[in-house]
Amino acid sequence: MKVLVPIKRVVDYNVKVRVKADNTGVDLANVKMAMNPFCEIAVEEAVRLKEKGVVTEIVAVSIGPKTAQEQLRTAMALGADRSILVETDEDVQPLGIAKALKAIVDEEKPELVILGKQAIDGDNNQTGQMLAALAGMPQGTFASEVNVADGKVKVTREIDGGLQTVELSLPAVVTTDLRLNEPRYASLPNIMKAKKKPLDTKTAADLGVDLTPRVTTEKVEAPAERQAGIIVGSVDELVEKLKNEAKVI
Amino acid sequence: MSVLVYAEHDNAALNKVTLSVVAAAKEIGGDITVLVAGKGCGAVAEEAAKVDGVSKVLCADNDAYEHQLAENIGDLVAEVGADYSHILAAATTTGKNFAPRAAALLDVAQISEISDVIDADTFKRPIYAGNAIATVKCGDAKKVITVRGTSFDGVAAEGGSASVENIDVAKDAGISSFVGEELAKSDRPELTSAEIVISGGRGMGNGDNFEILYKLADKLGAGVGASRAAVDAGFVPNDMQVGQTGKIVAPNLYVAVGISGAIQHLAGMKDSKVIVAINKDEEAPIFQVADYGLVADLFEAVPELDGKL
Repeated sequence: MKVLVPIKRVVDYNVKVRVKADNTGVDLANVKMAMNPFCEIAVEEAVRLKEKGVVTEIVAVSIGPKTAQEQLRTAMALGADRSILVETDEDVQPLGIAKALKAIVDEEKPELVILGKQAIDGDNNQTGQMLAALAGMPQGTFASEVNVADGKVKVTREIDGGLQTVELSLPAVVTTDLRLNEPRYASLPNIMKAKKKPLDTKTAADLGVDLTPRVTTEKVEAPAERQAGIIVGSVDELVEKLKNEAKVI
Repeated sequence: MSVLVYAEHDNAALNKVTLSVVAAAKEIGGDITVLVAGKGCGAVAEEAAKVDGVSKVLCADNDAYEHQLAENIGDLVAEVGADYSHILAAATTTGKNFAPRAAALLDVAQISEISDVIDADTFKRPIYAGNAIATVKCGDAKKVITVRGTSFDGVAAEGGSASVENIDVAKDAGISSFVGEELAKSDRPELTSAEIVISGGRGMGNGDNFEILYKLADKLGAGVGASRAAVDAGFVPNDMQVGQTGKIVAPNLYVAVGISGAIQHLAGMKDSKVIVAINKDEEAPIFQVADYGLVADLFEAVPELDGKL
């Protein structure tokens, strides 16, 4: 079966982002960029399914700037067979991305779409669900375990109260949570090989989709800073402060 | 303006987070209708009808909604929601599951996890793991929104007298089914609604050592959480995780025990009213956000604290 893995180029998760002085956004100049961590988990899951013989082809796709080619090359170094970049300089938002992915799904006809549950920049947690709705597919979101068998996929989901398992007919959308797997590192020979793997570039117009943002960002501010309090000398002092000063116990 | 609030529940009782979503709905303005979808959820609908500020409750009682499958709930909310200017759900794993689906079906954007209402079109929400707060404006005719429960003080659970209307809309997409669930069983309060939360980190050493936190928590009526490091190390299950990738909590008192204070943990608890940190490493970043810090060995300090309360 074919699996489609949509990925996103984001600020590297180790970077502490700073809000721009003019409050128009966060400062992304000269900041290290990387594949969104949840997307790495999605690529890894697809590769493991291929290693198990369940999946025959992995197609990585990204909707974003030309530079997102780097992350697609990374996906191919990790095991994706080929990739597609839908190149745009728009501020792409979940609904637009989902529409572009739906168009790709119509062309590629994958049986499984595996993607990260959210990107660590916008923290939206929407794209997989929106794609599933547009494509009329079932969804297994926040997955911590994925089993494909007999034309169905069983997904164990991380929910607020614990774990929930659902069974979905194929084709289906799965979004990854942190504990699904631990992604591998790309080996040097695989990085070299990835350079020769096919990378198609398309535009939103080719796909007939409109990526115009629906939501505008009016302002971006730093969160209210919490001030450090005091260091207490003993448990007795702590109890006294909690009872008489903070009055919380 | 008219707001549809999706009720969070377990078919038996209304989850308190819904009171916070109604509070956000009140800030937006207009009539508030609560949609209760489930199976055998009549008691929840009655409970929702008593919530302050609610003018109507719609109850969709059907097998298809028993387990809140997103395929079925998404269809239902898109259909029922067509008559409203705003559709609000809690930013829980249930709300996050179906709300984007409903929004896509309605061909509108979804605004995730709002922490403040500026006006009917404009909202604040955290981005970059809470390292920035964006003010966003949505031009779509209809707004589908998930609400961060801890950012809004819940309305009163009593005092309203809304009418309950049963709606016979059965949406079974037939493409997904519920297999089973493993829910954490605990007599302690749920993390996101507890008044006091005590969390343990890597410094706890192992899962058995969490006993001292459970003991203290039971004395205080507190919920028990953990940092991602403690979860990743296998000390405790993931549903106890507090942080960007876990639960967001904002109790009156948060006690961080053996937690260094990684950014991703702070993102989940920094809105707590009072923060106490107990850690033997005086350089731990958690002390920069703590109101009261105690530099001590937790295995001595926690039992001592337990004994003195």
